[in-house]
Order: sequence, then C-alpha cells, then structure tokens
Amino acid sequence: MLDLQWLLIAIPLASGALLLVWGKESDRFGHLIGTAASAASFVLGAIMFAELLGENAEERSHAVSLFTWIDAGRFHVEMTFVFDQLSALFVLLITGVGTLIHVYSIGYMAHDERRRRFFAFLNIFIAAMLTLVLAGDYLVLFLGWEGVGLASYLLIGFWQHKPSAAAAAKKAFVVNRVGDLGMALAIMLMFAQFGTSAIEAVNAAAPGATDTVTTSLGLLLLLGACGKSAQVPLQSWLLDAMEGPTPVSALIHAATMVTAGVYLVVRSNAIFDASEVARNAVIVVGLVTLLAGAWIGCAKDDIKKALAGSTMSQIGYMMLAAGLGPAGYAFAIFHLITHGFFKANMFLGAGSVMHGMDDDVDMRHYGGLRSMMPVTFATFGLGYLAIIGVPPFAGFWSKDKIIEAAFGQNFWVGLGALLGAGVTAFYMTRLMIMTFLSEKRWREEVHPHESPRVMTWPLIALAALSAVGGILLLGDWVSEWLEPVVGHAEHHELAVPAIVLTLIITLVVAVGVVAAVVFYRREPIAAETPSSVSIFARAGRHELYGNELNEAVVVRPTRHLTRFLVWLDGKGIDGFVTGVADRLGDTSQFLRKPQTGLVRSYALTMFGGVAIIILCLLAVTLA
Amino acid sequence: MLTSFLEADLPMIEAPEIEYALLAPLFIVTGVAVLGVLVEAFWPRSSRFLVQTVLAVLGIVAALVDTVVVYTDLDRVDSALKARGQVAGEGALSVDGPGVVTWGLLLVFGLLSMLLFAERRLEGGLSAFTGRAADAPGSASEAEAVKMRIEHSEIFPLAMFALVGMMLFATANDLLTMFVALEVLSLPLYLLCGLARRRRLLSQEAALKYFLLGAFSSVFFLYGIALAYGYAGSFELSAIDTAVTNRTGSENMLLAAIALIAVGLLFKIGAAPFHAWTPDVYQGAPTPVTAFMAAGTKTAAFIALTRVFYVAFGGSQWDWRPTIVAIAIITMFLGSVVAVSQTDVKRMLAYSSIAHAGFLLVGFVGVYAGVAGSDRVTSVSSILFYLAAYGLASIGAFAVVTLVRDSGGETTHLSKWAGLGKTSPMLAGSFAIFMLSFAGIPLTGGFIGKWGVFSAAYSGGFWWLVIVGVLMSALAAYFYVRVIVLMFFTEPVGDGPTVAVPSLLTTVVIVVAVVGTLGLGILPGPVLDLAQHAGAFVR
Repeated sequence: MLDLQWLLIAIPLASGALLLVWGKESDRFGHLIGTAASAASFVLGAIMFAELLGENAEERSHAVSLFTWIDAGRFHVEMTFVFDQLSALFVLLITGVGTLIHVYSIGYMAHDERRRRFFAFLNIFIAAMLTLVLAGDYLVLFLGWEGVGLASYLLIGFWQHKPSAAAAAKKAFVVNRVGDLGMALAIMLMFAQFGTSAIEAVNAAAPGATDTVTTSLGLLLLLGACGKSAQVPLQSWLLDAMEGPTPVSALIHAATMVTAGVYLVVRSNAIFDASEVARNAVIVVGLVTLLAGAWIGCAKDDIKKALAGSTMSQIGYMMLAAGLGPAGYAFAIFHLITHGFFKANMFLGAGSVMHGMDDDVDMRHYGGLRSMMPVTFATFGLGYLAIIGVPPFAGFWSKDKIIEAAFGQNFWVGLGALLGAGVTAFYMTRLMIMTFLSEKRWREEVHPHESPRVMTWPLIALAALSAVGGILLLGDWVSEWLEPVVGHAEHHELAVPAIVLTLIITLVVAVGVVAAVVFYRREPIAAETPSSVSIFARAGRHELYGNELNEAVVVRPTRHLTRFLVWLDGKGIDGFVTGVADRLGDTSQFLRKPQTGLVRSYALTMFGGVAIIILCLLAVTLA
Repeated sequence: MLTSFLEADLPMIEAPEIEYALLAPLFIVTGVAVLGVLVEAFWPRSSRFLVQTVLAVLGIVAALVDTVVVYTDLDRVDSALKARGQVAGEGALSVDGPGVVTWGLLLVFGLLSMLLFAERRLEGGLSAFTGRAADAPGSASEAEAVKMRIEHSEIFPLAMFALVGMMLFATANDLLTMFVALEVLSLPLYLLCGLARRRRLLSQEAALKYFLLGAFSSVFFLYGIALAYGYAGSFELSAIDTAVTNRTGSENMLLAAIALIAVGLLFKIGAAPFHAWTPDVYQGAPTPVTAFMAAGTKTAAFIALTRVFYVAFGGSQWDWRPTIVAIAIITMFLGSVVAVSQTDVKRMLAYSSIAHAGFLLVGFVGVYAGVAGSDRVTSVSSILFYLAAYGLASIGAFAVVTLVRDSGGETTHLSKWAGLGKTSPMLAGSFAIFMLSFAGIPLTGGFIGKWGVFSAAYSGGFWWLVIVGVLMSALAAYFYVRVIVLMFFTEPVGDGPTVAVPSLLTTVVIVVAVVGTLGLGILPGPVLDLAQHAGAFVR
C-alpha cells in the first residue's frame, strides 16, 4: 500500500479531468464524483498513514519512481513521489479538510449552474497540492507548485462574470509568478551546483556547499514561499483572492496553497540549516507578516478579508517557526495542521453566515446572528477559541510552542510573536462580536437562517478537530514523528519556566479579548463604516498600503518602461529597420543604373573588370 | 615500290586510347544529339516533336543510368582527401568523383529542362518556342506559321549539344578541351535564347547580347589559355600545376593567364563585374531555356572554374584568393541589392542567380581540401551540394513562372503576382518554398547549401568572409521574402493573371523540384555524403 502514493494524486486528477470532459448529463452527479474522489484519496491516505505508524521510525520514508521524466545530457529527473512522515501529515490534512470542503460545497454551490466545473477545479487543486507535497524531486514539486497556481487562478476567478473576480485571479497568478521565478531559479541553481534536483540528494549535498550557495538557495526558496504563502512582500494577492467562492477561500487558506510555502521551507530544512542568513530572513518575513496580517485583520469590516488577514498572520507564525530551524520545524507543521482545522472551520462558517445573509460580507450589517444560526455560531465559536489560543483548544498548543521557541531564539522575536497573539485575540473577538453577539444591524430584505445539513456537518467535524487538534502534541508526538525528516531539536532553556510563559501568553490573549469587548460593547456598532478613524485603522483598511506600494514601485515604473520600449521599438528599431530597407532601395536604384540594356556598355564594364582583376592580382603579388 | 613503301621504316602512329566505358555518358548524349539532327532531316514533321522529346528524354535517362554505373566503378576511397577516377581520353578529360557527380547533376537538370521544353499545353498545343525563327516578329508569315502549327523541334538536339558541352566543360582536363567545351555549350544556347514564341524581339535581342558578350569573354579566355601555354608549355592542367609549383616561367605571364582565364569562367557563372548579360538574357530567353541555363551552365562553369583553379593554379592560390574574395563580396552585394528594385520575376531570379554565384565563390575561395580524420565539408563537396540545391530550386522557380500567364503569355511583372497565394495556393506555395531555399531558410536545401559553403570558407580560414556572407544572405532574404509577402499577404489586383493548368510534364518538374528542395533540407545526409565522398579532382 505504501507504494501507492501516485494513486493519491491520480484519483482526484482523473476525476477532475473526467468532470471537465463529461457533458451536461453529468451535471446532476458530477459534484458527487468529485467529492467521492477526494474522499477516496483521503481513505487511501489514512490507510497508508496507519501502515506508516506501524513501521520503525527510520523506515518510514517510501520513495517510488514512476518513470524517467527528463533525460537530457547531465539533466536527469525521475518522476519520484515520496511518502514519509511529513508528506503523510500533509496528505491527511489536504484530503481530509479538502473532502469536508467538497461536502460543504455541495450545499454552497447548489444553485450555481457551473457546479460540476467547480468540483473539477477543486479536484485538480487537491491533485496539484498532493503532487507538491509528495514530490521527491524539486522539479516534480514545481509541477505541483504550478498546478496549484493554475487551480487557484481558475477558482479565484470562478465567477468570471464579475470583473473584480477576474482581476483578483489575474493578480494572484501574477504575484505568484514572482515567487515562481525564485523557485525556478532555485531549482536551476541546485542543478548547477549539485547536478541534481532530487530533494534527498540536494538536502544531502547542502551541508557541504558553500555559504553563498546555501544562502542564495535559501533566499530564492523563500521568495517562492512568500509568493505561495502570501508573505510580505508578496502578500497583496491574498485579500483580493476573497473574490472566489468561499469554499475556495477555505481551501486556499486552510489545506492548500498558502501552506505550500511553509512546507517548502520545512522540506528544504538542510538548506536552511546550513545558512544562518536565509534562516534569519525567514524569521523576519514571518514576524513582519504575522504583525501586518493581524493589523489588517483589526481594520477590515469584510468578514472574509478579516479572516484573510488572520491567515496571513497565522502563516506568519508558521514561517517564523520554520525560520527557527530544527527547534521550530515541527511546531510550524503542527500549527499548520491545527490552523488547517480551525481556519477551514471559520471560513466555512463565514460562508454559512454569508449564505444566510444573502452573500453580504460586511460585518457591519451582521450582529445578533447567534440565535439565528446556532450551529454556525457554536462551531465558529470553537474555531475562535482555537485561533486565539485558549487552553485547551488546538491553537493554544501550537501557538504556545511557537512563541516559546521564538523566545528561545531571541527576546524581541518572542515579544513580536507574543504581541501578535494579543492582537489576534483582539480582532477575532471583534469579529465574533460584530457578527454574532452585538445588536441586529441587518438590511431589511435579509432573513438570516441556518444553513442546510450538508453545510453544517463539515462545520461540526472541523469544530471538533479545532477543539481536540492539540492531542497531536501529546507526549511530544509531532516532534518525534517528524524528527527523522526535519532533524533533532535541541531544547532551549528559557529565562522563565515554560509554564510561566504559557501563563503570560494566556494573559496577553485575555487582555486582547477584554480590549475588544470594551471597545465594541461600549457603544453600538455603526451600520456604516465610519470614515473618521485613526491613522492605524485607515492603514489597516488599505492593507498597509501594500497595493499602493506595488503600484508605485513595480507597476508604474513597468508601465513607463513599457511605454518607453514601445516608443523605442516604434521609432528606434523600426525606424532603423525601415531606414535600412529604404537605403537599400536607394542603393539598389543607384546600382541598377549601369544596367542600361546597351551591349556596348556591358562590354565596357567587362573590359574594365578585366583591367581591375589584372591590377588586383599584380598588386597582391607585389605587396 | 608499293611493298617498299609499306615496309619503309615509318614511325608508327599509335591509335589513341579511349576509355569508352568511362566516357560512355558523353557518347550517349552526343549520339542522341546527332541522332536528333538526323531525325530532324528525315522524320515527318507531324510527329517529329514527339519523337525528339522521347529521344532526348530516353537519351538523358540512359546517360544518367550509365553515369551511376561509371560512378560506382570509380576506385573507392573513404575520405574526401584522395582523388578517385582517372585521366581519360589521352589526357583531355578527367573522369573523377566531382566530375561524374557533376555529370549526374547536369543530366538531372537536363532531364527536368527537357520536360519543360516539351510542355505544349500552355500555348494551346504549341511549345514555348517560336514556330519559324526566320519570320520577322509580328509579320504575316509568323501568323501563318502559328496557323499551320509549325514548330522548331531542333530545340532538342540543340539542348543535347549544349548538355554534352556542359558535361565536357566540367571534366575537361586541358585548357583547349575546356575551350571547345565552352563553345559547344554556348553556341546552342545562343540560338535557343532567341527562339521565344512570345516577346520575340526581346528574345532575339537577348540572344544577340548573349552571343556578343559570350564571344567577347571567350576571347579573353582564349588569350588566357595562350598565355598559360606560354608559361607552362602545355595545355594540360597537371602540367600547368607542375610549372606553377616550380615557378619556372615569368610570374607576370602567369598572373595575366590566371586573370584572363578567370574572366572567361566568371562570365559564365555570372559573377560581377561580368554579370551584366545575365538579367537581360534570363529575361529575354524562353523560360524553359532560362531554367536550363540557370541550373546547367552555372553548374558546369562553376565546376570548370573550381577544377582549373584548384588543379592548375592551386600552387599560386595565395595570388588569386584575395581577388576572388573581392569578387565574391561584390557579386553577393550587387546581386542581392539590385534584386530589390526589380519588378520582373525573371530579372529578379537573374539577380538572385548572380548573388548565388557570389555565395558559391565564398565556398570556392576557402580552398579547403579536408584534413585526415575530420569529416568537415570540403570546398568541392560544399559547391556540389550548393549547386544541387540551387539548380533544383531554379528549375522549379522558372517552371512556376511559365504557368502564371495572361493573354500576352507569361506575366512576369511582379505586381501581377500579388495575391497569387489566394488564387493558386499550391503553385504559390511551391514558389515560396523555392524562394525560402534561395534565401537559405532551414528545412530547405538552400540552408544546408549555404551552411556548407560557409563552413568550407571557415575551414579555409576566411571566418570574416563568412560573416560578410551571412550578412549578405540576410540582405538577400529581403527580396525573396518580399515575393512571398506579395503572393500571400497582398490583395490580388483586379486583372490578375490566370494560372494555366499545365500538362503532366511541368507538374512533374515542379513536384520533383519541391520534393528535392525540401528533401535536401530535411534529409541532406545522402547527398552531402555523396558530395563529400566524391573526393578531390584527379590531376
């Protein structure tokens, strides 16, 4: 069974292809095929995982090479897939959460006439993400990487009739290209330096490589990771990507896509272990992103965008942990998994709310939905407790570990992570209050109602996972499980005992919650977005002016450059070419003049030619 | 008394030793030509044209088969370094690898040209040649000849004589034989040029010009031969080579001989500044004759030029190479540039043939004979391949020209060709393939040909000439592509030409030329090997 990893990918891929080519008659049951494919993949993954559990820790890596993909000179790439401890966890997360999202989508997309196509894209998304995490070669990984990019493009722009959705899809794709470039360059550099792009071989060769090589590789991979994981400075696509149907947001934010960057860093651990600079860069990127995301989350009134800011922030935590080296890899993955549970839960919950509110996403039009949508409220509430890190919910365990490890690295980094936890508590409480608790601010024509069962069951399942996800940490299971892949973590002694730190973290979280309650319960929430707000709120609403920055730094100069090049092409190059052609014509007209048609002048030309040839020969000989 | 006379001690006259088997292709073509004259005298007029056609075609096919036999019987050598074959006919001819391959090329070109000669559907059952050359153009007797459907079937024996002249020219081993061959190939062509059915004045003018200038150049050639004899004391190329290597005679006399012999040969290949006849004659001559000349004369003359300069004057190559380089550059430039402003297809093709003479000279001036153990293309084999690719595309292109017609015969004005790709895509497509081959675009024979001559020049140490050559071919591509643009991307003019439906003969020629041009470009291996293994000239 453990050599069947290709089947994990093949099932959703085949299903996706089938749904795309099958005609209209499959509209009635296409979504079921798609869901079944994802579920089948999950079942297979679970069986394989169980088998993996039964093996010795050292023998849990199973590589299968399907065929030789590229064989050109020294360049040799095998289509290899590796099922090991790390990819097994990802397989379970992707297919498990993915399947729940499929089930949810059956209800959410019930009235969309292109539902079958939507499920095809979802399947392809899953297949691409599985390719990414199962790849045994960076080039195969890149195949999945690009597949994820393509699938996200198709899904974000699924409602292509909306210009905003089309633009958001395009933006996600273009921003991701920047990251892909880093990824591609990294693979080329690997090949140039190590003569291979097989992950195992590269990781084996990395410790022996020079600092320059490992640092360059690390930074290039980080660039790739920033693109897919929406880390600063390539974060701008993520909030726009909310234009996609909500299940897509859940899929992108919880199980696929944004986790790819974290996976990449953890998978390439040998490279980052070998380069201090690259590791520090990861930490900085993670820390900046986690604070920026939290800031944005505080300011947005759009429920999905607030959650998107939260995703940025949480992925920032994971990146930060990954940047800590062996001390943090396992916690990065742990947080990634728990986050996968509670973020999927909350996104689907937000979708459920929107479903009841006629697709209105403005939280200022919500309020008091607790009684109208009890299941959604309860499940969302569990997710909320998990994300802000209330013991004993899943997020508490994972975030606590990351902050602890961050303090082990550096006090200021730890402080930043701690501050982030407080802000997370603030904006998530704000979201809860504005959506479920405060007074009704509904529009008149809206009649909130609970979503159908097919949508609430996945919520319940995910809520349960959010609540108990922390058990993975039981007896340091996650760390030990991943140790063969990511290396052994040395334990850092902290200045204060871990339990004290945990108390401090919980205290900070409590402060965040209380602050939000005070702030948003003191006076009624305005049904319209207030315009006179502090400079911080304004900056947050503008996503910290990331788009403006891109516009100013990249887009406008590029546009100017383009205009210049068009001008250069038109006036300069075309002018030169046509100029040459014109001169050629003139020369031609001039040179044809001796062709008079008079045989006597021809004879004269010949005679002159004879004379010149004789003179030339003599001149050459004399010279 | 009688017996005493017989028994007198007179010197024995040895019968000349002729290698009949080796020279059989020449005899076959000559025999067919003579037979053609007899047929002309005795066969009834009504079926004479057909008989002559069959005779010529069968004769060429037989000669071609025999050429293959002769080639396979030449002593085998593995590399291009050594010569294979022998001097034959008491030192008059050298039947060697390059020579016999050239025979093969000439016979193929001849065969295709004969098919064009024989095409009679385009003029309503009459050939492209005038019915009675003695009639004044536009006279009543000319109209009468048309009415009586009189035809000159002498064109076939004439062409066969020209063909044997070409074959002799390419294999002549002494300068006098070469001169005789030159005249044998030229005189029938002078006549043929003047025999066009349409635009007869232009045709006659072309014939006269060709004759006058040809005679003029022959004089230089003959004078050069005389000087060479004065220098070396022999007409034989190998004897001249010995004299040149030993530097026995007057240096100035040798240089003058080289210069004048070069003039005669450069005239025939149409190199600048001896090219002036080419556009006028190509335009005026009946198009099938132009095709025959463009492919055949150039091939024969170029091999003759190569043979004389490599074998006889090889020892003084450092004297003549700079001058030939200059001529090559001028020829490429002039041909390519002046072609740009041409408005007549046939004149444009004439300038194209001038430019190609320049490219061939680039390979020629490399004088690269190969190195043991290396498989790099030699100058001789690159020239052979180039001539094969050029000849096929030329005959094909002129065959297409014969089909684009209006009421006055062929419409050769380029503006009338606009939009031809829309009305006759197959025909225009074929012409486009020939143009691409001329321009040296990959997947056509012309590309491999250009690669070959440039490679030979590079191997011979003329890397900068290769750069010049590449720039010139970029220049030349301009007017070839312009024709393609004209045919495919320009709206047809109102009174556009009609494309005549030819008989099987012309169709076969165009198809063979297209297949050959593409074949030489896609699978150049066999022909390139053939040229490479032809070896060097015998001495």
